[in-house]
Amino acid sequence: MTETARADQPTTTVAVPAHARRNDVAFHRWIFGGIALAVAFAPALAYPVFLMKVMCFGLFASAFNLLLGFGGLLSFGHAAYFGAAAYVSALAAKAWGLPPELAILAGASAAALLGALFGAVAIRRQGIYFAMITLALAQMIYFVALQAKVTGGEDGIQGVPRGTLFGLIDLGNDYALYAVVALIFLAGLAAVHRIVHSPFGHVLRAIRENEPRALSLGYRVPRYRHAVFVMSATLTGLAGATKAIVFQLASLTDVHWTMSGEVVLMTLIGGMGTMFGPLVGALVVVAMEYYLASIGGWISVIEGAVFVVCVLGFREGIVGVLARKLKRPL
Amino acid sequence: MHTIFGIPSQLLFGQLLLGLINGAFYALLSLGLAVIFGLLNIINFSHGAFYMLGAFLAWMLLTYCGIGYWWSLVLAPLIVGALGIAVERLLIARLYRLDPLYGLLLTFGLALVLQGVFRNIYGVSGLPYGIPSALAGGRNLGFMILPNYRAWVIALSLAVSISTWLAIEKTRLGATLRAATENPALVEAFGINVPLFVTVTYGFGVALAALAGVLAAPIYSVNPNMGADLIITVFAVVVIGGLGSILGSIVTGFGLGLAEGLTKVIYPEASSTVIFAIMIVVLLVKPNGLFGKAT
Repeated sequence: MTETARADQPTTTVAVPAHARRNDVAFHRWIFGGIALAVAFAPALAYPVFLMKVMCFGLFASAFNLLLGFGGLLSFGHAAYFGAAAYVSALAAKAWGLPPELAILAGASAAALLGALFGAVAIRRQGIYFAMITLALAQMIYFVALQAKVTGGEDGIQGVPRGTLFGLIDLGNDYALYAVVALIFLAGLAAVHRIVHSPFGHVLRAIRENEPRALSLGYRVPRYRHAVFVMSATLTGLAGATKAIVFQLASLTDVHWTMSGEVVLMTLIGGMGTMFGPLVGALVVVAMEYYLASIGGWISVIEGAVFVVCVLGFREGIVGVLARKLKRPL
Repeated sequence: MHTIFGIPSQLLFGQLLLGLINGAFYALLSLGLAVIFGLLNIINFSHGAFYMLGAFLAWMLLTYCGIGYWWSLVLAPLIVGALGIAVERLLIARLYRLDPLYGLLLTFGLALVLQGVFRNIYGVSGLPYGIPSALAGGRNLGFMILPNYRAWVIALSLAVSISTWLAIEKTRLGATLRAATENPALVEAFGINVPLFVTVTYGFGVALAALAGVLAAPIYSVNPNMGADLIITVFAVVVIGGLGSILGSIVTGFGLGLAEGLTKVIYPEASSTVIFAIMIVVLLVKPNGLFGKAT
């Protein structure tokens, strides 16, 4: 999503010289190292289940931002992939008795498949229509989850066993589970970084900035859009499946449109189109929900108000502002 | 008992009537969305919240002020329209130079706030609102019994939809509005106050949503969540019809309501998803929607 709507106005992106870009990659490596360190030592400071929630949502928001920030497509239905993966991995672990690693894999694969199907339909329109179509498609998944017997209706799937990883490590222990979630989180993040900085990612940005030009250069735009949609859905599914194992629960909340809105909010607060913004946004939103849990239902009012304030006066997001001050892409 | 294709005719006509009622709401809401989109170029996510607000205003006017249904039918859209004008002036107007997706995000946040406030004050169980006495009862049409209130809802929403269409297509004011949709800069150069047009249009669009809310209050109970799920279905309706045509959104609204009612008879499990399934088919066959212009 660019700040300028019309093609005749200059875009806000500034060309970066090649040597600066190499520096930035090194800088990003340092930040990744910092995140890995923070993840390693955070359990000493905060409750592990809270941190695991932050990591699941951080990965979710990063995957969502892959589509929005780099693909230029605002999906308002990412809860479908998050929730579908949560349900499938919960079923796999509980009903089919699969070990956690296969349950998570099953969830992510289901999200990939769903993303391939829905993506093919949704990319037929862009902009506002794309947002409405993804929202409507996700609502379909919500109704299926509500009505199907296997998903447990209003109750969802509760009491999902955490199981033993590779038949060796008992994930009933919060710290063992924490290590696994941390690895999934860092691997997912590395995947997003790799995709963004690959030749594929550069073509994506070219399409976002100037679609007719990319088309005229011979790039098959719909194919690129579909590919990034599937990647985003898959990584979203990875986050959703992991979340189901951590909380031992897949419920209607995971597929509801409020979840789709929440991930948009995280990305908006952190900074759309930045590498690390969605993580910051996820931390802010999850922390807000955690510390303000006592006010109950008013939290959605606060989230709505934050939405309005961010859209009106804080479109760059926290990391976006930082990146401008540091004059480096973050 | 009569049957049609093996379906009892009472059941069939009953569900088709329900479908027509739903269709009336789809039509009123998608009409408002289309009018707003035409001039403001944004999708108003808070449309469902304004619909809910209309129903709540009817309930509040009755409960706190003793004002009945008929006055609410006028007052609630006026109040919501005024609120819409304030929202457009204070908030949405700041976003016109940006990507239209920001308008979607802003109105989404607004919807969260409005729905959240009412949910916290009034809970989610729903408040009853009686049918006005003049429209109580029903009449026997021979093949089915038609409740008077439902006939009124269909008739009024048809009348409002068609007069809106006529006003936009056939009057001088409507012609100016269409010109402003097409090329705001040029229309402004002719000395017409386009920003005022935009503001009033937004107010009018959300007033339509509030009118639908008042109409819905006696049928469904008054509930803070009543607009949230409805608006997503209306988005699908809008994608199917395309936002380009006013008449298109009216026809699509009623048509899809009927399709939904029919599904309830044939295969009830699919009734909540059938509109989304139709949307997928339309997108694959005619991506711009049934009445949409090529972009």
